Amino acid sequence: MTNSPEDRGKCEISLIVNGETTRVRVFPMERLLDVLRQELGITGVKEGCGEGECGSCAVLMDGTLVNSCLVPVLQAEGASIVTIEGLAADFRMHTLQEAFLECGGAQCGICTPGMILAACHLLSKKPAPTLEQIQEGLSGNLCRCTGYVQIFEAVARAARRRAAARSS
Amino acid sequence: MKRERIVGTSVPRKEGLDKVTGKARYIDDMTLPGMLFGATVRSQIPRGKIRKITFHPTIAWNDYVIVSAKDIPGKNCIALIGEDQPCLASECVNHPEEPIVLIAHADRHALRKAAEAISIEYDPLPAVFTIEDSERGSEIIWGTDNTFKTYRIEKGNIDEIWSKADYIVEGEYSTGAQEQLYIENNGMIAAFDPQQGITVWGSLQCPYYVHKALMALCNLPAERVRVVQMETGGAFGGKEDYPSIIAGHAALLAMKSGRPVKIVYDRAEDMVATTKRHPSRTRHRTAVSKDGKILGGEIEFTIDGGAYATLSSVVLSRGVIHAAGPYYWPSIRIRGKAVATNMPPHGAFRGFGAPQSLFAMERHMDRIAQAAGLSPIEIRRRNFLKPGETTATEQTVHEPIDLGKLLDRGLTVSGYHSKKERFSRENQTGTTKKGIGIATFLHGAGFTGSGERYLSSVVGVEGCADGRVRVLVSSTEFGQGTKTVLCQIAAEALALRYEDVTIAQPDTTQVPNSGPTVASRTVMVVGKLLESAARGIRQTLILAGTLGDSYSADEFRSACGNYVAEHGQLRSWVQYEPPPGIFWDDQNYRGEAYAAYSWAVYIAEVTVDLNTYSVSVNDFVALQEVGRVLHPVLATGQIAGGVAQGIGFALYEKVIWKKGRMQNNQMTNYIMPTSSDLPPIRVFFEELGNVHGAFGAKGIGELPMDGPAPAILNAVEDALGVGFNSIPLLPEDVFEAMAERSFTRESDIASGVR
Repeated sequence: MTNSPEDRGKCEISLIVNGETTRVRVFPMERLLDVLRQELGITGVKEGCGEGECGSCAVLMDGTLVNSCLVPVLQAEGASIVTIEGLAADFRMHTLQEAFLECGGAQCGICTPGMILAACHLLSKKPAPTLEQIQEGLSGNLCRCTGYVQIFEAVARAARRRAAARSS
Repeated sequence: MKRERIVGTSVPRKEGLDKVTGKARYIDDMTLPGMLFGATVRSQIPRGKIRKITFHPTIAWNDYVIVSAKDIPGKNCIALIGEDQPCLASECVNHPEEPIVLIAHADRHALRKAAEAISIEYDPLPAVFTIEDSERGSEIIWGTDNTFKTYRIEKGNIDEIWSKADYIVEGEYSTGAQEQLYIENNGMIAAFDPQQGITVWGSLQCPYYVHKALMALCNLPAERVRVVQMETGGAFGGKEDYPSIIAGHAALLAMKSGRPVKIVYDRAEDMVATTKRHPSRTRHRTAVSKDGKILGGEIEFTIDGGAYATLSSVVLSRGVIHAAGPYYWPSIRIRGKAVATNMPPHGAFRGFGAPQSLFAMERHMDRIAQAAGLSPIEIRRRNFLKPGETTATEQTVHEPIDLGKLLDRGLTVSGYHSKKERFSRENQTGTTKKGIGIATFLHGAGFTGSGERYLSSVVGVEGCADGRVRVLVSSTEFGQGTKTVLCQIAAEALALRYEDVTIAQPDTTQVPNSGPTVASRTVMVVGKLLESAARGIRQTLILAGTLGDSYSADEFRSACGNYVAEHGQLRSWVQYEPPPGIFWDDQNYRGEAYAAYSWAVYIAEVTVDLNTYSVSVNDFVALQEVGRVLHPVLATGQIAGGVAQGIGFALYEKVIWKKGRMQNNQMTNYIMPTSSDLPPIRVFFEELGNVHGAFGAKGIGELPMDGPAPAILNAVEDALGVGFNSIPLLPEDVFEAMAERSFTRESDIASGVR
């Protein structure tokens, strides 16, 4: 198997995806995006531009927000990757997912996974962000549908809810 | 009977949970066993004869499926309105990036290399790239005169007006191409079975447009063509006609190979090859009385259709009808023309011609105000259409719309007067200049003129075995909330819970042809049909004696479930009937152009930085009358999203062309607004209600695209005292105009001294 012509140049990479350790045999310079989507079937990661502009393919890599279209999979060796699929725990939606649903933060839905992960990353650094901080925090994620207004509302609502949950 | 009011509340989006959890399946998320990937080899020149196609011998071509025009089983055309656009160019090419050869392979990497190993030689022909060159006709590239379509609207005797005018105001306005830039690129999968025929799944707006195109291309009867819409990641008109081409390509590869084939464009291919908003040029000449009343005028509206006719005639139609704005014209002549150039065909984009002609009207209105010595507010107030008056097509306004009142509310919520006063004071000093501008406009809902009559849409509702009802329409969801609002309408009509109604995924073997999902028609036209189809189900159950006149949702469910168990099926179909009193003359373009209009007042506040020459929008008020708002959160989202696209249209989004080919076909250099670029977009509704639409709703989707650009450019003129009549307005344009002005001033001073 490892000697077949298609396999030449491939190497084994270990990733922790949504909490599960997994090993894949891939070309080292393949995009993390393609490995997640094609090798592991994690299709919540979307491709929008393939050049790091739109943020649709954003995932959390060791807690940092990255555009998976710009990450060679070799660079992710041993890293913990969180995709949108890893956000809802025990069939319960994440506060952000709930807020996006309520506020109209998702229209066509294609930017939504990346947008929610960017918001998640923002709230992990700034639990009570100002509007300006939300705008800044999401500026790497393009949305063509909403004009962002309802996305800002969703992030602010999720932040308030998390604060209330913490203080109760 | 407990009757919840579902319409007017913000129920959860039907497919929302799937979207926020990443479960929603778009075309690129789908894989079929044995599937190949397809690629398109395209023309590299704008116009010429194909001399030779060479397949470089370094590639083992036997491993590839190769399709060219000669493999097409049916007609080599994309059947839409006309049939002039080939699916694959065979002898000539008429624009850059025109598809010529298709190849497929199981390995995407190998596919890309192989596509690069196909070279095409041409005998080039002279090409045409601008409206002016096309009009000049020195090179005829389409038909006998490069003209796809003309329209003429004539009301009153315009030729007699000029001598009575106190002012004659002339102006020329232009708008650029705009990329829809849905975040999900176009894509299709096709599979062929000799018995069942062809099936395509894809990202698309109009399943029956694709269906019609595939029947002609593949030479298959209707029942052997199946089109299924996948979750669609944005469209905005950009997935109205081009999906028929990609579906055709995937189908041809699937038919030849006998294996499923997926074609998904990457961003660069999607931007360079697919449709954009038509570039336009509008000329106005208006006769105005001393007291600022429009006496009459001439408008000449011209759009660049690109190389093939595609949708240009209908874009032109909407553009000419909206060209007169929300004003009363005692006499008017509007001439519209769509011309051919050797650019990729321009197509549908939210607003469909209206944002172009309304940009001109609303910029021109400010110029008329200056000529008449009135404010932009007053000039509009004196010319607003009122109930009982007629539009340019002599349609009487029956809706009780009071545009003056709408304007007053807009001025109040935006703080217009105090800002205007403050800006003119503060602009005296410093290098940042602030301005405020308005645009007032209308947008017709549904197909133009007799369009809905020709469409003759059918809508179905079925009762299911579990007692729930299912909506059967070909109307597609691509972010607007189609599924949600249509389920609300059915639930309301049947006095059911929102959860008791589901909606079928558009699949031409499952749903009837309820027309395309375009033209702000879904809620108003399809929704209205759905309301009566739903009531048909109730009627059947009542007549069968299983349901009383008054019932609970649970009683309905059990009656419905029992009926299905007993009779096997419970379905209700309704077909479009034109509302009474609707008259439209296709020949003279006269009559009821639209069953209803939405009306709006948009107000933009801008800052122009004279160090960087950049324009930023600081506040945006979008106030509209759209009939009944069926879902406040979705409606607000539609308006805010449309305004954002309108801001991009005005200030950021410039397509750079070189010999008919887009040069900046990347998100890196074609700039759409980010979350940091946009102002607070404040959305307000007036609800008058309208008898035509479902529960009084009118169209909403396209309206917000019309107003931002003129409101912003009017605000820029307010800030600088220099007017701009062309969009997009980029910092370099502002710089150039300001530099010219200071140069002119200096030379004025110099000549004064001398």
